[in-house]
Amino acid sequence: MKLKFASMALTAVMAAAPAMADLVFPSLSYRTGPYAAGGIPFADGYADYFTLLNERDGGIGGVPIKMIECETGYNTAKGVECYESTKGEGALVYQPLSTGITYQLIPKATADDIPIHSMGYGRTSAANGEVFSHVFNYPGNYWNGASGAINYLLESNGGDIAGKKIALVYHNSAYGKEPIRTLEELSKKHGFELTLLPVDHPGQEQKSQWLQIRREKPDNVLMWGWGVMNQVAIQEAANIRYPMENFIGVWWSGAEHDVLSAGDSANGYKALTFHNVGRDFPVFADMQKYVVDAGKAAGAGDQVGNVLYNRGMYAAMLAAEAAKTAQEIHGVSDITAGQMRDGMEALSIDEAKMTALGMPNFGPSFNVSCENHGGPGLVGVTQWDAAAQTWSMISDFKETDMDVIGGLISEDSAAYAAENNIEAGCK
Amino acid sequence: MFYREAGDFKTSYADDNQTFPIKFDRYRYYVVMLIAFVAVPFLINDYWVNAIFLPFLIYSIAAIGLNILVGYCGQVSLGTGGFMAVGAYACYKLMTSFPEVSIFIHVLLAGGVTAGVGVLFGLPSLRIKGFYLAVATLAAQFFLVWLFNRVPWFYNYSASGQISAPERTVFGLAVTGPNTTAWAPYLFCLVIVTLSAIVARNMTRGMQGRKWMAIRDMDIAAEIIGVNPLKAKLSAFAVSSFFIGIAGALFFSVYLGAVEVGEAFGINQSFLVLFMIIIGGLGSIFGSFAGAAFLVLMPVFLKNVLVGGLGWPTDIAAHLEFLIVGALIIIFLIAEPHGLAQLWRVAKEKLRLWPFPH
Repeated sequence: MKLKFASMALTAVMAAAPAMADLVFPSLSYRTGPYAAGGIPFADGYADYFTLLNERDGGIGGVPIKMIECETGYNTAKGVECYESTKGEGALVYQPLSTGITYQLIPKATADDIPIHSMGYGRTSAANGEVFSHVFNYPGNYWNGASGAINYLLESNGGDIAGKKIALVYHNSAYGKEPIRTLEELSKKHGFELTLLPVDHPGQEQKSQWLQIRREKPDNVLMWGWGVMNQVAIQEAANIRYPMENFIGVWWSGAEHDVLSAGDSANGYKALTFHNVGRDFPVFADMQKYVVDAGKAAGAGDQVGNVLYNRGMYAAMLAAEAAKTAQEIHGVSDITAGQMRDGMEALSIDEAKMTALGMPNFGPSFNVSCENHGGPGLVGVTQWDAAAQTWSMISDFKETDMDVIGGLISEDSAAYAAENNIEAGCK
Repeated sequence: MFYREAGDFKTSYADDNQTFPIKFDRYRYYVVMLIAFVAVPFLINDYWVNAIFLPFLIYSIAAIGLNILVGYCGQVSLGTGGFMAVGAYACYKLMTSFPEVSIFIHVLLAGGVTAGVGVLFGLPSLRIKGFYLAVATLAAQFFLVWLFNRVPWFYNYSASGQISAPERTVFGLAVTGPNTTAWAPYLFCLVIVTLSAIVARNMTRGMQGRKWMAIRDMDIAAEIIGVNPLKAKLSAFAVSSFFIGIAGALFFSVYLGAVEVGEAFGINQSFLVLFMIIIGGLGSIFGSFAGAAFLVLMPVFLKNVLVGGLGWPTDIAAHLEFLIVGALIIIFLIAEPHGLAQLWRVAKEKLRLWPFPH
């Protein structure tokens, strides 16, 4: 017995030893808890893309990728534990998929010289790279999202939404509160009336909010929801017969599992997006061949091609491209986290690159720079077809109101810099 | 054999009344203190501090605080999360308003603010008891969380409603913020835990504690023998909230660094601390530590064994954690309804007689 235990311990040590010289991408995922419905497809997509690179290309630049998964349950305390337990393994970039955990990691990771990529979540003002040297939120952030939604409404109303009533149903947390300031500025600029309807964690109880919507009959409802809150909101909207085409969710409120439970009544529901949807891309053939058919898919392997799966895959693709860029800049294949940061800051994504990766028109083309960690902030709109059970793009990636957003970003990041004695500037 | 009173003569009342009357216990206590203060700071890294020691120490303070209220004074409270939030937000406001003052003072002041709020929400305890009081404190929990979410002054008008702790120092050493060395926040919390435990222990075995216990055991009888229920109950709320407020302040400033009130100080937090003292043992300072250790360390330990050791998928491991911790709680409570502290007491009783039990 004792011998058996000793040999087990020995094999464990031996299995852990050759972990050197890998590119380590930790995945702080959540496959449990009230937000698991969104966490699972994202984590699967993130993992599968790295598996694909390992199987097809032998890693990035010849160095194999090692992905460490750590369950956070969308809980900040567990997020800290995950961060501390994985950072010692040589983690290159963190993507926690939680605004709360991102807020917590921003100062820590900056001090540890590890970049964070909070793609479409986290602290919006991190787009200002002069203050947030290690935080990136390209290709779009919440304020782009808010402005993109308003722009879409402007477009569909002939450029005039003055006097319209717009309600925001939001998760009452840092995440849900992010767009409020932008929407308030935009309501001044365009003259619409904004109603704020907070929904408390985890979001199963929304009767009173939708009763208010039923009474006040806003022309449009925007939603900043996540997890179980989305399904409940769409069901409640269907219950009060709110016209679905006037209901727009942010990109975290627009996946298959959000709308499927409401059935046909969810038909026409819209959501914002910063990447393309569906599985009509050449990369999925490779994914099928090297990952799914080989039995190496993460999780249950049933999420391929879902909206959030695509987003996880997109996140992994951007991380892999940044790692490639870092390898080119520094001339070494086994990069460190600090070099990864340089790679992210020099990242350039264009149509040719995406086509070469089998993902033509999957996302916008953009260049990251030290001043701008947020990318171009192009926002598209997708719509749900309940009969075909598919999301489709109905509005291409378009410019958002950077006049308003830019001012807010510099204001908020200046406040952060003052609070934490950061000297803004590019190194 | 070695664990016995025989031969350990006490020559003064002070000796006779000390916390650890048995010599072996006393030395064990000194050794634990020595290891905690002298050895551990040299051995720990970021992971041990942030994932294990800080949550354990901070939850211990919260458990001590709640134990004074529930375990010693018998007033059931479900407002712990809310009171921790008061401590955290008080600490945040103080930290950002008076950046030059030592964080140690801010943490104590945050405890003081929480004590005031605790007394306010303790007022209903004068008229209602038991489950009804639990419901009244539940109202405190929800009201306080709502308040900190609703009024932007508390989070300095930040866009997201998050509060984050800037770097603050004690004697020139950073204990909050990202640039801390592993041992500084550990020692900072350890000092506060030690002080809290000593104060709580001496309070609960002195006159104040006896008054609380009299109220707990039978409030009418206590009133007849001259205990003022108003003072006893409100002082229990004040002292308990003081410790819980300190725990909340440390939880936010030293441990997490950035919190969001609904997520970090929700009703789950109240239940977690309540479970800690129930599992650890009501009315016992040691029980507070044992309960905190059990509920903080067990999930981390299981995670490391299941995911790190056995390489299982993270979701299965996370679900199994719930199952195993839940099962252990049930087993412990069936085996010993008075908690881990009682198990420890029984073990000590047996040790005294060992090797010649009757």
